Amino acid sequence: MKGDMASLSVQGARGGILRRPSATTGWLSWFTTVDHKKIGIMYGVTAFVFFVLGGLEALLIRSQLAQPDGKILNADQYNQVFTMHGVTMIFLFVMPMSAGFFNYLLPLMIGARDVAFPRLNALSFWVFVLGGLFLYSAALLGGAPNGGWFGYAPNSVTDPTPGMTFYALGLIITGIASTVGAVNLAVTIINMRAPGMTLFRMPVFVWMGLVVQLLLIFSLPIITIDLFLLLFDRRWGTLFFEAAQGGDPVLWQHLFWLFGHPEVYVLILPAFGIISEIIPVFSRKPLFGYQFVVFSGIAIGFIGFGVWAHHMFAVGLGPVANTAFGVTTAIIAIPTGVKIFNWMATMHGGELRFDTPLLYSIGTVTMFVIGGLSGVTHAIVPSDYQQTDTYYIVAHIHYVLFGGAVFGLFAGMFYWWPKVFARQLSERLGKWQFWIMIVGFNLTFGPMHVLGLNGMIRREYTYPASLGLTGWNQVASVGAFVIALSILLFIINAVRTQSKPKGLENEDPWDARTLEWTTACPPPVWNFDEIPEVHALDDFWHKKYVEDEKTGLPVPVQAGGAPEHDEGHEASGGHAIHLPSPSFWPLVASFGLPIMAYGILYSWWLVGAGALVLLVGFYGWAMEPSVAEE
Amino acid sequence: MRKKALWALGASILGLLLAACAPNASQSTLDPAGPTAQSEKNLFVPVFWIAVAVFVLVEGAILVIAIKYRQRKGRERMPKQTHGNTRLEIGWTIAPALVLAVVMVPTVSLIWQLAKAPGPGALNVTVQGRQWWWGFQYTDPDMKESYGSGEPITVADVLVVPAGRQVYLSLEAAGGLIGPGDPPDPAKADYVVIHSFWTPQLFGKQDVVPGRTNHITFAADQPGTYTGQCAEFCGLQHANMKFKVVALSQSDWDAWVQRERAPASTTVEGLAAEGRAIFLNPLSNDRGTCVNCHAIGGTEAASGAAPNLTHFYDPTHTCFAGCDFDTSDTEALKAWLRDPNAVKLGAKMPNYALSDHEIDALVAYLQSLT
Repeated sequence: MKGDMASLSVQGARGGILRRPSATTGWLSWFTTVDHKKIGIMYGVTAFVFFVLGGLEALLIRSQLAQPDGKILNADQYNQVFTMHGVTMIFLFVMPMSAGFFNYLLPLMIGARDVAFPRLNALSFWVFVLGGLFLYSAALLGGAPNGGWFGYAPNSVTDPTPGMTFYALGLIITGIASTVGAVNLAVTIINMRAPGMTLFRMPVFVWMGLVVQLLLIFSLPIITIDLFLLLFDRRWGTLFFEAAQGGDPVLWQHLFWLFGHPEVYVLILPAFGIISEIIPVFSRKPLFGYQFVVFSGIAIGFIGFGVWAHHMFAVGLGPVANTAFGVTTAIIAIPTGVKIFNWMATMHGGELRFDTPLLYSIGTVTMFVIGGLSGVTHAIVPSDYQQTDTYYIVAHIHYVLFGGAVFGLFAGMFYWWPKVFARQLSERLGKWQFWIMIVGFNLTFGPMHVLGLNGMIRREYTYPASLGLTGWNQVASVGAFVIALSILLFIINAVRTQSKPKGLENEDPWDARTLEWTTACPPPVWNFDEIPEVHALDDFWHKKYVEDEKTGLPVPVQAGGAPEHDEGHEASGGHAIHLPSPSFWPLVASFGLPIMAYGILYSWWLVGAGALVLLVGFYGWAMEPSVAEE
Repeated sequence: MRKKALWALGASILGLLLAACAPNASQSTLDPAGPTAQSEKNLFVPVFWIAVAVFVLVEGAILVIAIKYRQRKGRERMPKQTHGNTRLEIGWTIAPALVLAVVMVPTVSLIWQLAKAPGPGALNVTVQGRQWWWGFQYTDPDMKESYGSGEPITVADVLVVPAGRQVYLSLEAAGGLIGPGDPPDPAKADYVVIHSFWTPQLFGKQDVVPGRTNHITFAADQPGTYTGQCAEFCGLQHANMKFKVVALSQSDWDAWVQRERAPASTTVEGLAAEGRAIFLNPLSNDRGTCVNCHAIGGTEAASGAAPNLTHFYDPTHTCFAGCDFDTSDTEALKAWLRDPNAVKLGAKMPNYALSDHEIDALVAYLQSLT
C-alpha cells in the first residue's frame, strides 16, 4: 500500500502539470508555502494593505462630511465608499489580521510544529486574498457594493447596479476562507498541544483563539445561507425577501445579525487575548484571575449568540422580543466588565514598564470601556429608538472595534515584532504613533456621540447646514487625518525597522511568560528543536523565576539550576523533523472560487471552468503526499 | 452640597457642549417636544449619568494604577505575584449585574408603555415610505372622503397634526414601477424597501418594513415645526428623505382640514390655466404625462405613484421632494422640473425635456394650488 502511494506520487511529479516546489526562500516560496509562520505574515501584510485601503475610504467619507452639502462625492460614490469601508475593515482587515496573529502564534504558544492541516491553511489564505480582490474588482465592473456592509434586503436586492451581487459572492468566498481557517485552528488547539499543555495551562490568547474559531464555525454558515438567498434573489429572481410575494425582508436581518453579533466578538476577542498576554508581561505579574478571564471569554462567546436582535429594536419585533433582547444585551456587559476588572487588578501592584505594547493595551482597555458604556445605553431599548442608525452608533462601533480591536492589534504588532522579524520596532516612533492615534481617535469618534444625539443619521452622504451639525463634523474630519498621520508613522517605523539587519541582542526582549519566546527569533521552520514539555501556566516564566513561597516575590532561577530540562539539548538543525513540503495545489484550487463567482455574474461556461480548476486543484492535492520524497 | 454643585456643573458643561454646535438643535433627541421623546430622554439621561460615573471610576482607577505602579527610572524591582481573588471576582460580577438589573426595570416598563395603542380620540395617519419621499394619508372618518371624490386627504413630505392631541401612525412601505419605457427602466423603479420614520424631538424610530405595519404613538406639546428624516439606509438618496411635522393649534388645525378636504381650485387663469392644461394632457411628442404619476383632487389626475399635489402651495406645505427644497423657492422648483436628477441624483421623476415656457406655466399652476 505504501509503495503504491509512493509510485503514484512519483508518477505525479514526473507526469503532472506542476513540479513539486521545494524552495523555502525566494518569492516563489511565498506562493507555495504551507508554513504557518509565513502564512501568518502574509495574512498580516495583506490585511494591512486592506487596512490602508479602508482607511483611505474613511478619509474620503470624512472629507465629504467636513462641510454641509459636501461636493467631493456624489450620492452614488458615497454609498459605494462607505459600504466598502465597512466591508474592508471588518472582513478584509480585522478578521484576517487576527487570523494572521493566530496563525503565527497559536502553534508556537502551544508548542506545536505547525497547524493541524498546513495545506488547508495555505488554501484559506489564498481564498481570502482572492475573495478580497474579487470584491474590489466590482469597482471596475459596474460599481462597488453600495448597500452597506449590513446589506439590508430588499434594498440590496433591488439596487440595479451589480455591486451587491459582488458583495454576496465575495463574502461567500471570504467566508469559506474563514471557515476553513477556523476548523484548522480549532483542531490545532485541541489536538496539537505539547505534552503537559493542558487546557488550563494555555495562554489566554490561545483560549480566545479557540473561542473565536468556534464562533466562526457556528456563525459563518448562517451568513452564508443569507448571502445565498440574496444571491438567488438578485441573480435568479427568487423572492425570499420580497414581502409582496410572501417573502420577508426581516429574514435577512435575523440571519445577518445572528451571524453579525458573534462576529463582533470574533473581531474583539483576539484583541482581548493579545492584551491578556501583554499586560501581565509588562506588569511583571501573572494575569489576575486567569480562570475568570477565560470563562468570561467563553461566556461572551455563548451569550453573543443570544443578543442579535438588539440591532433590530426599531424593526417592530414587538415588546416581548425587545424586552428579551434588551435583557440579554445588559447581561453580556457583565463578563466584559469582569475582563476589564481583571486587567486592572493585574496592573495593580505591578511594576509597569510603559513600553509600546503596554501603552496600546491600556489604550484598548480605556477606549473599550467607553464603547462598552455607550453599548449599555443601547440595551435600554426605548433610548435606542432614538440612537439607532445615528452617529451615536457610529461612535459606539468605532470605540469598540477601533478603540478595542485595532489598538489591541497594534499592541500585538509591537509586542511580537521581534519574535517574527528579529528586529525591534522603534519605541520612540511607536510612542509618538500611540499618542497621535489616541488623540486622533477621540477627536474623530468622540464628537460622533454628540452628532448622533443631535439627530445626525448614519450613512447619509450629506447634511444641511441648518441642522447645526457642521462644527463637530469638522472636528471629526480633522481627527480622521490625525489618525492617518499615526498610521503613516507606523508604516515609516515598519519600513525603517525592516531595512535594518536582522538580529536581537536579547531573544526575550520583554521578559515574556509564554512558550513562543523559548525558541529562536524568528523561529526555525520546525518551531522547536525539541517539543517542549509544559509544567505550568506561563511555563517560560517559571523556567526563569521561582516564586518565593513566603514573600510571593519571584526569584530568578540560578543559571544551571533550572528545573529538569533547560537548554541542555543539542540543536538538531531540524534534520530529523519531517514537515509538510510546499505545494502549488492550495493556490491552484483557490483560483477556482473567484472564477466560479465571475461565472455566476457573466457566463455558465466560466462557472464550469472554475469548478474544473477547483477539482484539478483538489485532485492534485489529494494525490500529493504531504511530505515530498527526499 | 458640594456634590450637587458638581453635578450641576457637569450637567451645564454637557448642555453647553451639546448646544454649542447645535444653534437650531432642530433634530436633537435631548430637546424633546412631546411625551414620547420626553419619556425616551428621561430613560437615557439617568443611565447616561450612571455610565459617566462608571467611566470616571474605571478610567480614574486605571490612571491611578498606571501612575502609582509605573516603573521608576533605574529601579529593577519584582512585584509581589498575585494570582487572583475569588471574592473580588464575585464582587465585580455581581455589582454590575445589580446596577444593570436596576436600570432594566424602567426600561422594560417603558418598552411596554410605548407599545400600547392609544385610546380613542387619537388622530390616525398612514405613513408611506417611498424612494425617497414620504406620503401621509389621513384615514379618520372626517377626512377620508375628501376632494369631492371620496379620497382621503393625502399630502407629501409634511405631516400636519393638531398640537396636544395623540397621533397614531401606521407605517407602510410603498412603491411600484413608475415612469415611461417598456420594459420599465430599473433605475427609475420606485422600489419597496425598508425605511425608518423618525422625528427626534417627538419620537424615536420605527422602521417602515415591506409587508408589515408598524405603529408610532406621539403628540406634539406645542404648535411648531419639527424636522425628521428616514433613518434606515434605503438607497441612493437616503440622505435626502426628510420630512417635517407641523403641529397646529386647534383653530389652525380645523382650518387646515377644511382647506385640505376641498378639491383643487378649477378657476385658474392666464399662465396657470396653461399650466393646468399641460399638467392634465399628454405632453407633445410623446414625452409622457404628469397625471400618470401625480394626483390632484378634483381633476382626473388620480395616480398615487408620486406626491399628491392637490394643495401643493398650502402655507403648511413648506418643503418638497423629500424636503430637498422649499416649496416657496420658485427657482428650485423650476430646476426640479427642468431635470429632477440634476437636483437629486437618482430621483424617480424622469426628465420630460420641458421647455422654459412649459416650466413657467407649470410653476404658475402649482403655485395656484393653495
